[in-house]
Parts: sequence; structure tokens; C-alpha cells
Amino acid sequence: MKGIAVKMPRRLTQQGIVFAIFVVLFGVFAVFLRGFLSTSNMLNLLQNVAVLGILGLAMAIVVIGRGIDLSLIAVLAVPSGLLLQLVQDGNTFWYALLMSALLTLAFGLINGWLIAYAEVPSLYATLASGLFLAGLGQAALFKLDVVQWSPGLEGFQFLGQGNVLGVPMPIIVFAATCFVVAFFLRRTRLGTFIYALGDNPFAARTSGIPTRTLVVVQYVIAAAIGLLAGLVLVASVNSGPTRIYNSTLIYDVILVVVLGGIGLAGGRGGVLSVVIGTLLIGTMLNAMTIMDVSYSAQNLVKGVVLLVAVIADSFLNPRNEETAQQGDI
Amino acid sequence: MMTSKIAKWLGGVACAAMLCATAPAFAQKGLDEPFQGPFKTALAGKTVAYIPVAMNFDLTEGWFAVLKHQLEPWGMKVVVRDANWNTNAGAQAFTTLISEKPAAIVVHNPDVQTYAKLIQRAEKEGIYIIQINMGSAFRSTAFVGANWIEIGERDTQAVVDACKGKSNKIAVVQGALSAAASAYTLKGVENVLAKNPDVKVVSSQPADWDAAKAKAITQTVLKQNPDLCGIVGFWDGMDIGTAAAVKEAGLTGKVFLATSGGGEQKGACDLVKSGAFDLDMSYDVPTQGTDMAALIKWLLSSNTKPGAVKGSVYTTLIPVTKDNAGKDGTCWKLEQVKGS
Repeated sequence: MKGIAVKMPRRLTQQGIVFAIFVVLFGVFAVFLRGFLSTSNMLNLLQNVAVLGILGLAMAIVVIGRGIDLSLIAVLAVPSGLLLQLVQDGNTFWYALLMSALLTLAFGLINGWLIAYAEVPSLYATLASGLFLAGLGQAALFKLDVVQWSPGLEGFQFLGQGNVLGVPMPIIVFAATCFVVAFFLRRTRLGTFIYALGDNPFAARTSGIPTRTLVVVQYVIAAAIGLLAGLVLVASVNSGPTRIYNSTLIYDVILVVVLGGIGLAGGRGGVLSVVIGTLLIGTMLNAMTIMDVSYSAQNLVKGVVLLVAVIADSFLNPRNEETAQQGDI
Repeated sequence: MMTSKIAKWLGGVACAAMLCATAPAFAQKGLDEPFQGPFKTALAGKTVAYIPVAMNFDLTEGWFAVLKHQLEPWGMKVVVRDANWNTNAGAQAFTTLISEKPAAIVVHNPDVQTYAKLIQRAEKEGIYIIQINMGSAFRSTAFVGANWIEIGERDTQAVVDACKGKSNKIAVVQGALSAAASAYTLKGVENVLAKNPDVKVVSSQPADWDAAKAKAITQTVLKQNPDLCGIVGFWDGMDIGTAAAVKEAGLTGKVFLATSGGGEQKGACDLVKSGAFDLDMSYDVPTQGTDMAALIKWLLSSNTKPGAVKGSVYTTLIPVTKDNAGKDGTCWKLEQVKGS
């Protein structure tokens, strides 16, 4: 029982590795790629990944508490689509917004109840509930997959297309959400409880944390942030692309979270992890679009960079019986 | 004068004589038209199956509605098997349908390969296959749809013309890489560009038919090339995002945006009117639906062996511009087509 704590030099974490890759890539592009380092392109880069980043924050809250929310894309697409549909059908904007908020709240509660009280593993619960919500939208709520913009929404597109002092709104929303979530996770009791829950749910329960309620709160918050991302998305493209549910966006969201160093085992990482993961993805996407790299080559490059990050992590932080946890994916 | 009078008189006599001869027949009973009876029996009770890549968007909803309205009054059944963007699900539905033996299958191919073998098999089993808008590598009895190469050519030509005397820099926002419609349109773009070597393509990227992706790509391209003079987009449903990027950059009216689509009111005419698109090549969905219904009627009543004849009905395109976007009849309304 001795010699466990061999003194190690300060470890490079996953977050550190990804940050290093980001700095190197950014530096190379800044020097060699004309037009990359301009202020307008930087804003553009951030704007293009803002929705992904906001979703990453929602996912982070759930993953830190040792869960996962695969239904996030459905929450992104359906309530915001409902808002557009209701306005198109002649309702007022505020009524429509209230209805979509209620739908989101109900959905978050159902997710949380399934996981906390019915004790369905979050992976299956959210996979099924996401399918349900997307199906509900397609079958009962929308007339078309892409819900069209209609008069009565004037002013709402400011959320996606406007700017304040030259900074596009999606970036402002992303930044504001970052601050709120960071404050919540680091400065409030609930936030601390979520880390405790993710680190060791049984210990958390034993020490008197109301873990079931906490799980429900987590999924409601995640759904609310998902709705916010959806509102930014529809305002930004002037339509409700509910078909996005069929895309691979959920993998990108998980990628942003895991890449930044929020382990799927829970209890680790924070808002900074999401920001770094988002920045890396954004930089790659932006630079490759400027270089007009073909689609297949883009996927290749993305895959290689991600593999490098993962491999570097497993070399520098090898897993062993002590660091591996039950339930580690 | 005299001759014409005589002619008139003679004509009158002839008419009277004919009337005398036929009048009793008219008065007693009608004349049976011998072809309509067999036509009715050929159609009654038959099923037409429809496999779109997905329901819930203007094109596929429009075709379905028109087929139903055209064929159901003849006692036919129109059923839909929604592939919902899933190629495997579509292939499975197709396979099951072959064993159910409908009279005809209307198929909307997700790519040129997946359904090719199934189409061949179905025609061997005696089912007419009508392909709509997106063709397979295997040509069946009939193809109804847009000529994508023509769309690519006409859109690009319009952009090239609008670029005259400007920067000559254009961008192309493609659809999905695997879709034939996207690849064919790109060929049309290349055809025109080959004739205009002075035009430079600064970006040609696929946006996966996704408005958000199209917007992100266009934003980046516009930041790098603020003097861009035109964009060729491949589908109006996706190019809402392209147009949003142009608008946000404050370049509406300066960047000529040409695209294509099914010509639905909200998806095409309204957006051209608002200035989002400068040109939207419409392949008018109700016309395509009527063409398909006419073909099905003709095939069933002619008793042609499936696959024995093969032909195409390429849709006559309607260019929607500021000039005609406000006129009634340029576009169609989904609610009306569904409700009519």
C-alpha cells in the first residue's frame, strides 16, 4: 500500500494538449493564410461555431454530472421550430415563445425523471426521448421539415443576425452563456453538487446531496440552453431547419466537450474546456473554408487532428487500474 | 356573289340532309365511346406506391398531393413509404413493395446507385417505375424531372452575365456530395465556366443541403472576397442561409444569387420578391406531378410491358425573377395544392 503517489512532473492534461494544438494551428494559419487573422474573420470564425459552443455548454453540465444528453439536437430543433410554426399559424410571437419554452421545460423534466427516478441509463433515456421529440415535431407540430419564416417575426432575427458594437449576436449569446454556466458550476452550491455527483454519485448521495432532484435540474438546464441555441440558429438562418436532427451534429457536440477535457466519466473539466474545444473546431473549419479544401479532405484533416489529440492524451496520461473508473467510456 | 350564294344554299341542303340522317340516332340513344370503359377498368383498384427520400418538404409533399388528386378519383390508391433521409430504409421499403406488387412505383432516388438493381427487378416483376427529379443510373419506363445540367448552366450564365464589368469572382454552394442532382448541376456550372475563362471561382464547397452550413461557408467566403459578384446555389431551401449571409454582410443587390427549387410560394417567389434571391430556376412541382399522373394513366391503359419502352419528360423550367415573382401563377402554394 505504498508508492502509489509517485511524484510526477506537472501533467499535461487533455485540455492542455488540445489548447497546444489550437495555438500551433492558429499560429500557422495566422502567418501563412492571408486574411485569416483579420478582426472580421475572427468574429466570423466565432460566429460560425457559436451554436455548437452553446450546445457544448449544455452537454458539459450533463457530462460533468456523469450523464449524457443525446436528445440535445432534438431540443435545438423542435421547440424553436414550434415557435416559427406557431407564428406562421397566426399566433403572436410572445405566445409562441411561451409555448416553446413550456415544451422545453416539460421535455427536460421528462428526461430528468426517466434518468433520476425510473433509473434508465442516460444514454438510452435521452436517445429514446430525443427520437420521440423529433418524431412528435415531424408528425404533429410542423407542416414542413424546414419551417419557413413569416411576417410577425420582425425583430427576432436580431438574435441571430444583429450585432452590438460590431460583435455579432451569436457570439454575445455564447459568451454570456459561458459566464452564466461558469458562475453556476464554480460559484453556486448546485454547481459544486454536480461535480460531486459526477465524481462519485454514491458518495454524493451518502453525504446528503439530493441526487435525484439534482439530476432533474441538470437536464432541465441542458434543455433550456438547447432552446437558446435553437433560437439563435433559427434567427440566424431565417428558417427552422428541423431536419438538423438527422445530421451528425450531436457527435460534434460530444467532440467539443470531450476534446476540451471533460471526461465522459464525469466530475472533471469546465466551461474553459468547452471554449477550447469549440475554438479548435472553429479554427479548422474556418481555415479550410478559406483554403477551399475539398469536403473529403476536410474530414480527413479533422479526423487526423482529433486522433492526434486522443493519442497524445493516452500516451501522456496512461490509464491504469487506479485512474480508470467504473462506467468510463 | 352568285357562286357564293349557291355554295351557301348547297351547304344548307347538305347540312339538312345530314341532320335528317343522324338526328334519329341522336334522339334515341347516345354513342358509346369504346375506349373509356377499358381505361376505367385498367385504373380502378390499382395501387401506386411512392418512395420519396423524405416527406415533409415542399417538393415531396407537392408531388404526393398532386398524384392523389389526379389518380384517386379513378379508384386508384396512392400509398407513400417515407424513407425519411435514410437510404437503407428506402431500399427496404422498395424491396417490400416489389413483393406487394403495386401497379406502379414512383421513386425519388437518393443517389444514382442504391435503387438501380431494385428498379430493374421491379420492372421484371411487372411494375412500372417512374423516377422523379433525381434519376438512378438505370433508366426505367419513365423519368420525370428537372434537367440538372440545364439548371447549372442557366444559373451560372445568369451569374456570369451579372458579373460583367465587376470583379468576375464567383462562389458555388453545392448540395451533398453523394447526390446526383448536385453533381449534375456542378457539371452545368463547369460547362459555362469553360466558356468564360475570365471568371474565377473563389470557393466551391458542398453545404449538405443545410442552410446553416451554407451560411457559414458564404460568410467566410464574403469576408475573404468582399468584391464577390455572384453566387451559384444548388437549392433554394438551403440557400436561405446563403442569402442570410449576403444580407448580413450588407451586400444584398451587389452579390447576384442564383438558385433553383420547386417553385413554392414561400420558398421561391416570396424570397425573390424580398431580394434574397435574384434568380430561382423553378421546376414547378404541380406540373411534374401532373406529368407523372398522365404517364401512369397512359401506361396502365396501354398495357405496355414495364421496361419495354423507356422515355423521359424533362420539366420545362420557369425562371423566377423580380419581374414575375409578384404575378399569380408563377409559384404554387402548398396549402392550396394539398387542399384542392
